[in-house]
Amino acid sequence: MTNGLIDFVLVSVALLAIGIYGLSVKRNAIRMLFGVEMIINSANLNLVAFARFIPNSQGQTLALFSIAIAAAEVAVGLALVIVAYRMYKNIDIEDFRSLKG
Amino acid sequence: MVDAVFLALSVLTIGSAIVALEIRSLIYGSIALMLTLSGIAGFFLLLDAPFVAMFQLSVYVGSIAVLILFTVMLVRRELIFNKIEDKRRRYAGIGLMLALMLGIGMIIIGSGMKSIETNSPSVDYKKIGEDFLTYYSPALIVMALILASSVVGALTLARREDMTNDQRAD
Repeated sequence: MTNGLIDFVLVSVALLAIGIYGLSVKRNAIRMLFGVEMIINSANLNLVAFARFIPNSQGQTLALFSIAIAAAEVAVGLALVIVAYRMYKNIDIEDFRSLKG
Repeated sequence: MVDAVFLALSVLTIGSAIVALEIRSLIYGSIALMLTLSGIAGFFLLLDAPFVAMFQLSVYVGSIAVLILFTVMLVRRELIFNKIEDKRRRYAGIGLMLALMLGIGMIIIGSGMKSIETNSPSVDYKKIGEDFLTYYSPALIVMALILASSVVGALTLARREDMTNDQRAD
């Protein structure tokens, strides 16, 4: 392999930073979900990269589980967005006032 | 050293991630997110993990991105193009992003990770399938239950109880 471990880890760090930026700045609920997706993907990239360089198959197994759980998380998150949109007629996070508890 | 395929993939992934967050229309944003996820699948192929790459393509690009696209289309038209955000908060966010990139990047470059390379052969993906059905089979069953229950939960949440008289806050 010509690429070292550090190259993959740096790409993963960049994706993590972009995801955190999206989560902290955007107020649109769906765009915040984009940020969560990017963070999860950077974690998966890290898992598979370290598993390749050990080498070991368990990292790939954990990445597969993580992808499946992320699918469940997105399904529930989008359902929540739809419910909130139906209640408030908006997807702006700052309009979801009564979700404060 | 990195090769050209790696460079192209990283430019595609990072660039389309930025586009997904910054472009005005949410529909183009979710298509750009699809590109990001495909770029990650390309990285998995570079890492000799074809099984995970195909799983990523089928689950993320095939189902999650399509789910997001449909949800975007359910939302009112003005909201899709609507982009309200605080200028100062945005600059603070960009500063946080750059600080994270530089900080964690410097730590990683300074660590001993730079010299790690491998010439060992990659793991056979048949081994992963065997692991799934033998050692990890309880975890696989639990994962299937979690997926099923979360899908049922999502359906229950998004269902309208009454089509004529639904609950509204306003």
